[in-house]
Amino acid sequence: MAEDKKRTINRRHFLRDGLWGASLAALGMVAGASARKRRDTDLVWQIDPYACVSCTNCATYCVLENSAVKCVQIYSICGYCDFCPGYFEPGASVLKPGAENELCPTGAISRKFIEEPYYEYTIDETLCVGCAKCVKGCAAFGNGSLIMQVRHDRCLNCNECAIAVACPSAAFRRVPADRPYLLKGENHA
Amino acid sequence: MIRSACAITGIAVLLILCGFVRGAERFPPPDFETGHQMPSPTTPHPRQDVYEYIDVAVLLAALALSSYLVLKKRSRRAIFALTVFSLLYFGFWRKGCICPVGATQNIVLSIFDPTYAVPITVAAFFLLPLVFTLFFARSFCAAVCPLGAIQDLVLCKPVAVPGWVESGLRLLAYVYLGAAVLFAATGSAFVICRYDPFISIFRMTGGLNILVFGGCLLLIGVFIGRPYCRFLCPYGVILRQFSRLSRRRVTITPDECIRCKLCEDACPFGAIKKPAAQWSTQDYAVARKRLGLFILALPVLILAGGWAGSSVRAVTARAHPTVRLADRIYLEETGAATDTTDASAGFRATGKQIEQLYQEASNIQARFGLGGWIVGGFVGLVAGLKLIGLCVWRRRDDYEADRASCLACGRCFEYCPREHVRLEAAKEGKI
Repeated sequence: MAEDKKRTINRRHFLRDGLWGASLAALGMVAGASARKRRDTDLVWQIDPYACVSCTNCATYCVLENSAVKCVQIYSICGYCDFCPGYFEPGASVLKPGAENELCPTGAISRKFIEEPYYEYTIDETLCVGCAKCVKGCAAFGNGSLIMQVRHDRCLNCNECAIAVACPSAAFRRVPADRPYLLKGENHA
Repeated sequence: MIRSACAITGIAVLLILCGFVRGAERFPPPDFETGHQMPSPTTPHPRQDVYEYIDVAVLLAALALSSYLVLKKRSRRAIFALTVFSLLYFGFWRKGCICPVGATQNIVLSIFDPTYAVPITVAAFFLLPLVFTLFFARSFCAAVCPLGAIQDLVLCKPVAVPGWVESGLRLLAYVYLGAAVLFAATGSAFVICRYDPFISIFRMTGGLNILVFGGCLLLIGVFIGRPYCRFLCPYGVILRQFSRLSRRRVTITPDECIRCKLCEDACPFGAIKKPAAQWSTQDYAVARKRLGLFILALPVLILAGGWAGSSVRAVTARAHPTVRLADRIYLEETGAATDTTDASAGFRATGKQIEQLYQEASNIQARFGLGGWIVGGFVGLVAGLKLIGLCVWRRRDDYEADRASCLACGRCFEYCPREHVRLEAAKEGKI
């Protein structure tokens, strides 16, 4: 054993050096492959408002206690309706603010009179929990100007978004960080 | 007459459905007479890219410093300080994301999905620790990985784990790596991120299950050093193999081993190998017979693993949302389920063909079948090689840190009397 120790070590060294070189080459190939599909900007999560089915998962599945997904009002699409189907309960007796008439469970939507017969509806993001009840109402009976969006001042940008996993309509997708919103009425191509 | 009525009703229903899905503009946008200016929605910007580059720079600096501390400075105290820094920066400040362990999945997905490309920073996070390991052993595990750091800090009462138990449990990490690659390659899930045990602690918020899982690992980690790193970490499995080949290695003694046995119990991770004298002739004969048997068993294990991996494809494929949706639609179509889910209702609203969905799902399942063969075969191969490793004997004269298992934490340095001689000499040299 002792006399052929030198030879064994040499063979082992040769093998080790060969494997070492091969490993380095493999890493180089991975680096090359990812450089070829080069992407300079980071990717962030966003909701395609046209694919969103306004379930309530955004409110409950986010890893943050207060979900990073909020309702966003696209004013240019909004009809400024007096009877806003995203603001009032379908059976609201009077068109006046109040918990018994409002759809939003936290009262996050404020209603402001502009001129006859138009009212402006604004979302208070500190109150919005992302339950999409208003989005559902607006999409069903209104113009669909209320949409769900990932708010990037809150989002942690998890590698695997927990809401994306739970999304029933595959509305979540990764978008480049320099164009991080998918707002209705804008060209997303 | 009836037919045209039906057609009209059909078209009307379709139009209404389209309206429901698209939220068509039913009310024209207002024409304000008072000159009211419409606000536009705010779009707060995500974290800027420059911070991602700073993260990569910090990773690079931490890896270089860790390698220097382990191999040159040989100071446990400095390594510990760097561990705390990494835990604070990569753990609590960056909230554990992105980490090299999880970046493995992004790299795999970008290889298999032509539409997905990894940002350059993510590729750097995956590659840098591997390159450093090829040169300087597992300096990443020593003081840079936040997952390792949090476990290293709770290790108070180390208990030795028998070598065969350790080796057996480590098979879990290979299974985990295989599963992570399979699920990432098929675009189904990022399981490493989903079951990252310490992420909820870093974020200080998260699901109860993961919090309990992480808490249990930390509790075990008080007695059994770094259980996640040793028995589960899928990235650690790659680092192990690279560490075997590394140019520089961690040595217990700064110069020569005097076989004083003082370092024997120094390692809480069972990575110190004792000197081994020659085998007796009888043992040698038994081991040779066993070796022959295990070499013959190797192809059997690979085939068995592959077959098992492939035959669970009906279960594993359900990780993919399309397969789950197809299963659900099938239940509804056959009348086994009478209600609808959000997913199935959403699918029906899109008006896509059910047959096409079934086709997609069966394609994905076929990919899981093939992937199951490869992953299962890989696990079988690892198990076989582990068995073969049991019958291979290597002569060792000195106490050595195992190239693969050594996490380069530096705990053993101060146990070595030669190290104390070196420190004395260094001190005198300075004075």
